[in-house]
Amino acid sequence: MIAFLKLALRNLGRNRRRSFFSALALALGFALLLIMASFLRGEMESALQTSIRLQSGHLQVRSSSYDEDKNSLKWEDLVNDPLALCAQIKALPGVKDATPRLIASGILVARDQSAGVRVLGLEPEAPASEPYRLGLLQGDFLAANDREGLLIGKPLADKLHLSVGDRVSLSVNTSNGDVDEQRFIVRGIYSTQTYAFDSSTLLLPLAKAQAMTRTENYASLIFILLNKMADSEAVRSRLTSLPYSVLDWKEMNEIIVQFEDMANSYMSIFYLIVLAITASVITNTLIMAVFERTREIGILSAIGWRSKEIVGLFLYETALLTVGGILIGLILGLAAVGYLATHGFYIGGMGMSGFLIGDTIYAQLTLKDTVQLMIVTIVITMLAGLYPAILAARLEPVDALRGGKHA
Amino acid sequence: MELIKVENVSRVYRIGEVQTYALRNVSLTIQRGEFTALVGPSGSGKTTLLQILGCLDQPSEGRVWIDGKEVSQLNRNQRADLRRGSIGFIFQFFALIPTLTAYENVEMPLLLNGTSAAERRQRVLDLLAAVGMSERANHRPNQLSGGEQQRVAVARALAPQPLMILADEPTANLDTENGQQVMEIMQRLNRETGTTFIFATHDPRLFGYARRTIVLRDGQVVENSQESHP
Repeated sequence: MIAFLKLALRNLGRNRRRSFFSALALALGFALLLIMASFLRGEMESALQTSIRLQSGHLQVRSSSYDEDKNSLKWEDLVNDPLALCAQIKALPGVKDATPRLIASGILVARDQSAGVRVLGLEPEAPASEPYRLGLLQGDFLAANDREGLLIGKPLADKLHLSVGDRVSLSVNTSNGDVDEQRFIVRGIYSTQTYAFDSSTLLLPLAKAQAMTRTENYASLIFILLNKMADSEAVRSRLTSLPYSVLDWKEMNEIIVQFEDMANSYMSIFYLIVLAITASVITNTLIMAVFERTREIGILSAIGWRSKEIVGLFLYETALLTVGGILIGLILGLAAVGYLATHGFYIGGMGMSGFLIGDTIYAQLTLKDTVQLMIVTIVITMLAGLYPAILAARLEPVDALRGGKHA
Repeated sequence: MELIKVENVSRVYRIGEVQTYALRNVSLTIQRGEFTALVGPSGSGKTTLLQILGCLDQPSEGRVWIDGKEVSQLNRNQRADLRRGSIGFIFQFFALIPTLTAYENVEMPLLLNGTSAAERRQRVLDLLAAVGMSERANHRPNQLSGGEQQRVAVARALAPQPLMILADEPTANLDTENGQQVMEIMQRLNRETGTTFIFATHDPRLFGYARRTIVLRDGQVVENSQESHP
C-alpha cells in the first residue's frame, strides 16, 4: 500500500502545476461550501436567537383563545393577574425571567405622516427587556411609571422624521373594541439591529399600555426566558397545571425551523452543483493522465497488475488530490469563516414579522457541518476519479503497450 | 522438458471488412531453459507471437499451453496472474516506470506477489548486481543511458523468478556495444538461472547468440531449428 501511495504521489508530481491547480479547484469549491454552510447556519441561528430574544422567548404562557395575528385585547383572550403568575414562574428552577407583555395594534401619527404600528407594553426593568435597554441609541429608556413616554425603533423614527422629544399621537384598540388616542413624547430611539422589528414596534411601559387599552391587570402573554434552551421541556412540564396554554420556542418559531429545512434542501442542491464542477476538474486531470501514461499502464499490465490494481492506483491519485484539496480548502474556508464570524456580513433590512433576521449575519461553523461536507466532498471526488480509473483498467495490454486505442 | 506448446495458432486482425493474418497456423514447442531467437523481417509476426506466448494477447484460433496448462482461453485477470508469476518481459522501448528509481522498478513485480521486505531487498540488490547496475540503483530512468535502462529492464523481468522471459527487439534502440552487453547479460543469466529466454529480432548480428532459431515470414514458421548445445 505504501508503494502504491508512493507511486501515486510521484505520478501527481510529474505535472505539479496541473495537480496543484486541480487540488486548488477542489479547495476553492470546498472553501465555498464551508462559507455557505456557516453563513446559512449563522443566519438560521441568528433568526432563531433574535426571535427568542425579541418576540417569542423560550416559553410563553397565554390564553388558549389568544390569536397572536389579531392582537386580541378581549379579557377572555388574555392572562389574568400576570404579575402574580410571573412571580410563581420565576421561582421555578432554570427560569431566568418571566415578564408580562401586552401587545396591541395601533396607528402612530407624527405631523402629517402616519404608520401602522405594533405596541409592545413591557416591564422596563425586567431582565427580558435588556435587548431594548442595550439598544437605546438616543434619549432615555422607559421608566415603569412613565405615563407619556414611548420608545420608537430607528427605522420608524427615520421614516417619520422623529427625534427624541418630539410629540406624536398614538391610537390603539382597546379591550372593549373602542379606539383610544393619546399624545406621547418620543422618550428615546432604540435599535435591536433587526429591521422587521424596529420598523414596526413601539415600546410602552406595561402599566401605561394596560391603562390605554383598558386591560388593567391583564397581559397578552407571559414571556419566559430560560437559562438553557434545552430546559424548555422540563420547565414547560411544570406549567401544565396552569389554566393557559404553554408554548415552547420550537412551536412559536416553526416558520424558522421550516425555512431552515427548506434552505438545507436548496443548499444540498447547491453543494452538489459546486462539487460536480470541481469533480469534473479532477476527472479531466485524471483522464489526461490516462492518455499520457497509456504505455506505462501497458507495462504495469505486462508485469502482472490486475485491473483492480490499476483502478486502485488511479483512485490513490484521486484520494491524494482530494486530501490536498480539502486541506487547502479547510485553510481558506476557515480563514474566511473566521473573518465572517468576527466581522459579520451586513445584509441590511431583511426579514419580516415572524421571521426576524439581524441586519448582520455572523458565520457559524459546526464540527458536524464540516465533517459532513468533508465526507460528501470525498465521496463525490472519489466517484469522479472512478471513471478515469476504469478507463485505464479497461485498456488492453497490447493496445496500451502500443500507446493507444482507448475504450 | 516442454515449457511451451503452440498448436495451430492464428491471429487475425479485422479492420472493417478486411482480415489480416498476423499469424497463420503456427505450431511449435519450446523446452525449459532454451535461449531461442524468433527472427524474421518486420511484419512477419514475431511480436504477435511473443504477445500470445506472454498472455498479453489471445489467439484467434488454435491453442497454447504454458507449463502444461492451456492459456488460450484464460480471462483477463487469470492472464495477469500468470504473467505476474511466470513471465517476464523486456521491450524494445526501455519500458521502465519513469517515476521510480532503478531499484524500485526491479522491486515492482515483487510487491505484487507478497515477497517479504527483506527477501525483496536482497533479491533486488542481487539482480541489480547481476546486470551491473548496483551503483545506479537510486537513479531514475531519465538519469540512465539506454543500455543501462535495458539492463534494469532485464533485472525487473527476472525479479519474480519467472519460467520464461520474452524480449521483443531488446537491442533495437541500443548502439552495438550496449546491444552486445545486454545480449551477453541475457545469455549469462539464462545459463546461470536456467530461465527460458525467447527474443525477437531482425538484426542478423544477434542470431549468433541464440541456441535455437525460429524463422517467421508472413505469419508462418518457415524454419524451426532444434536447440544446439554449446
